[in-house]
Amino acid sequence: MAKHETPLLDQLESGPWPSFVSDLKQEAEKRAKNEKGVEFQIPVDVVDDLLGVLELSFKHKRTHWKHGGIVGVFGYGGGVIGRYCDQPEMFPGVAHFHTMRINHPSGKFYTAEYLRQLCDLWDFRGSGITNMHGSTGDIIFIGTTTPQLEEIFYELSHNMNQDLGGSGSNLRSPSDCIGTARCEYACYDTNALCYTLTQDYQDELHRPAFPYKFKFKFDGCPNCCVASIARSDLAFVGTWRDEIRIDAEAVNAYVGGEFPPNGGAHAGRDWGPFDIQKEVTDLCPTKCMKYEKGKLYINDRECTRCMHCINVMPRALRIGNDRGCSILAGAKAPILDGAQMGSLIVPFIKVEDPYDEIKDNVIEPIWDWWMEEGKNRERLGELMKRQGFQRMIEVLGVDAVPQMVQEPRSNPYIFWKEDEVEGGWERDIDEFRKHHKR
Amino acid sequence: MAFISSGYDPSEPMKDRMSDIGPRKYDEFYPPIIAKNKGKWLYHEILEPGVLVHVSETGDEVFTVRVGGCRLMSTTHIREICEISEKYCDGYLRFTTRNNIEFMVDSKDKADALKKDLESRKFDAGSYKFPVGGTGAGVTNIIHTQGWIHCHTPATDASGPVKATMDDLFKDFQDMRLPAQLRVSLACCLNMCGAVHCSDIAILGYHRKPPLLDHEYLDKMCEIPLAIAACPTAAIKPAKVDFKGTEVKSVAVKNERCMFCGNCYTMCPSMPLADTEGDGIVLMAGGKVSNRISAPKFSKVVVAFIKNETPRWPTMTKVINQMVEAYAKDANKYERLGDWAERIGWERFFDKCELDFTHHLIDDFRDPAYFTWRQTTNFKF
Repeated sequence: MAKHETPLLDQLESGPWPSFVSDLKQEAEKRAKNEKGVEFQIPVDVVDDLLGVLELSFKHKRTHWKHGGIVGVFGYGGGVIGRYCDQPEMFPGVAHFHTMRINHPSGKFYTAEYLRQLCDLWDFRGSGITNMHGSTGDIIFIGTTTPQLEEIFYELSHNMNQDLGGSGSNLRSPSDCIGTARCEYACYDTNALCYTLTQDYQDELHRPAFPYKFKFKFDGCPNCCVASIARSDLAFVGTWRDEIRIDAEAVNAYVGGEFPPNGGAHAGRDWGPFDIQKEVTDLCPTKCMKYEKGKLYINDRECTRCMHCINVMPRALRIGNDRGCSILAGAKAPILDGAQMGSLIVPFIKVEDPYDEIKDNVIEPIWDWWMEEGKNRERLGELMKRQGFQRMIEVLGVDAVPQMVQEPRSNPYIFWKEDEVEGGWERDIDEFRKHHKR
Repeated sequence: MAFISSGYDPSEPMKDRMSDIGPRKYDEFYPPIIAKNKGKWLYHEILEPGVLVHVSETGDEVFTVRVGGCRLMSTTHIREICEISEKYCDGYLRFTTRNNIEFMVDSKDKADALKKDLESRKFDAGSYKFPVGGTGAGVTNIIHTQGWIHCHTPATDASGPVKATMDDLFKDFQDMRLPAQLRVSLACCLNMCGAVHCSDIAILGYHRKPPLLDHEYLDKMCEIPLAIAACPTAAIKPAKVDFKGTEVKSVAVKNERCMFCGNCYTMCPSMPLADTEGDGIVLMAGGKVSNRISAPKFSKVVVAFIKNETPRWPTMTKVINQMVEAYAKDANKYERLGDWAERIGWERFFDKCELDFTHHLIDDFRDPAYFTWRQTTNFKF
């Protein structure tokens, strides 16, 4: 018998898509039965109360969670988000219901053994409810009490070799696409770069020293499956600077209908026979390719590596061999001054362990600048807008290249610097007046 | 329930302290076939919705069965995922960035058996536990935020509208009939933890009433200068207010300047915005993050407001359906929703999707607004 009636939530149990309500109910039931004899460290009926408070929100159409207080683990300024219910008498099980962020592994590969360890810990010391995963990438433990925070951290670190993730004005847990682990498009090992930078910047991840949050995301190719270009202060997008590798025979196999275009992604509808001109060469944004007399030609110098042709004919076309990544800076969601997309700051850089060039020439100078001059709660992209792209170039110590812009400026209001102008700005008015009377 | 210590000693927090160890290393969790073929993959193919094969230059093939997951997930459910991975995949699995779960096996026969098993598992009330799909030119899983289950600033729920939307789009999760992939995302407030602003269809929670002012507590609970500084439109100023005969320090809000972003509430709990009638959903469309063919782009607001119709948001799902069907019918192969809208013109988009255009949809927020007005005589009647 459920502790709280949930007539509104019950309506979310029908339909084909997995019902989170059904899942919450099975969890509530499991805790009530407690067949494994777990010595629950937070109330046994916590999930019942979670369903209860959610039902109340469905009735009121308002949340019943309050701001977090300052809770955390000793020595860290992130990884735990305080959360309290605003109806603690009605729902005592979730009166104190803090979130913990657990830094996920690169590529989000797991073993059952490891996930079970997490489940055992979370059943014992928390609500048994998670997010797999939070928006930034962490494993999210939803709901525990303050005294359990240190205990959970102790068990994670001592028994599972596992640390918390980032929150607050920290480096947030970096995240990546699957990369070379299982993708032929990946231009660098995203899993390795993500892991290495996460390890190298543990201090920045755990101890808030930044003006605001900072995100790294790693996409292996310009398809951008982890949305780095839209979602991260520094986006590392795999690319190449030589030629697309062509298997001419395989191209003709596509033309002949032997291979399904786009890896079979369009199989749900009859789009007619594959037409390489209509579907590939005419859609090429730079028109740098043509198919003539049974042969595909690509003028690689004019290619912008958008991935379309490779996506359509993955068995015939492959990314180049001289690979690395482009780095874009400053993406963020709309709060406050509107959304920003990442802007290209490094057209190409090799991605090679131990990544010193990326760290020393890109990440750290940018952090120094942002920490020195960023205002409280100002994202990197906002600082870039406030101080200008030229400032970013100075910070990186690189020359401007046309790749950095969509188009040159259409106003001539150039902020010339004194040392750029012959003779400087110190002038003598009397000398001027000798030739120009008042 | 007696308190059981992990070994942590609160009187000596630094004793045996382990910190800054980071996440587990990825390669501990690679299935052997992935470890062996990393960096050697030649190509992939979607064999049927939700089933992929990746072929390596070593000749190895890995078959992946992708299933939709709720991002909100119990340990009971995770344990079931573990059990499946042990039965079929030697205990390995992975999650995708869009809350899907991937099980990998080394033969098509194993993939078929796995798929059959996954599809047979249902919750008691009837929904699938592990629906297979989410590949190719269809609708993949929705990425989303917390909503009313755990967040203090939402203007709508997350898991509820997601469930309602995915029920409605379910056939397209398991099919690949669309012109290109269609990505739906949800963020329950403007903070956009889910960064939905570059999705084919974005569902966004939004407030429409300025903050309430809890004068009695405001100065006690908040740093007033921080609340003032938090406002992007400078609508908040300090004020001395008479509270039951006593003058208290508080703030005043110029309501007509408020853009309902909730940033003040983030800094000051005494300025809540949540409201039954005020809160609801904005629908945005036409964004993308891929660089394929055209540059990544932001989603545009196409419906200014839809009420929070709990528990299943029928108006919202109806409008989403209209957009998906119009796109499916009219767009060219490989054309993303935003590219289609740009090709036919946004005026046509509103026709074809049978959506009303209202003044709310014309940008009036700072400089970028101007660039969205039409500065040509080229338009369609």
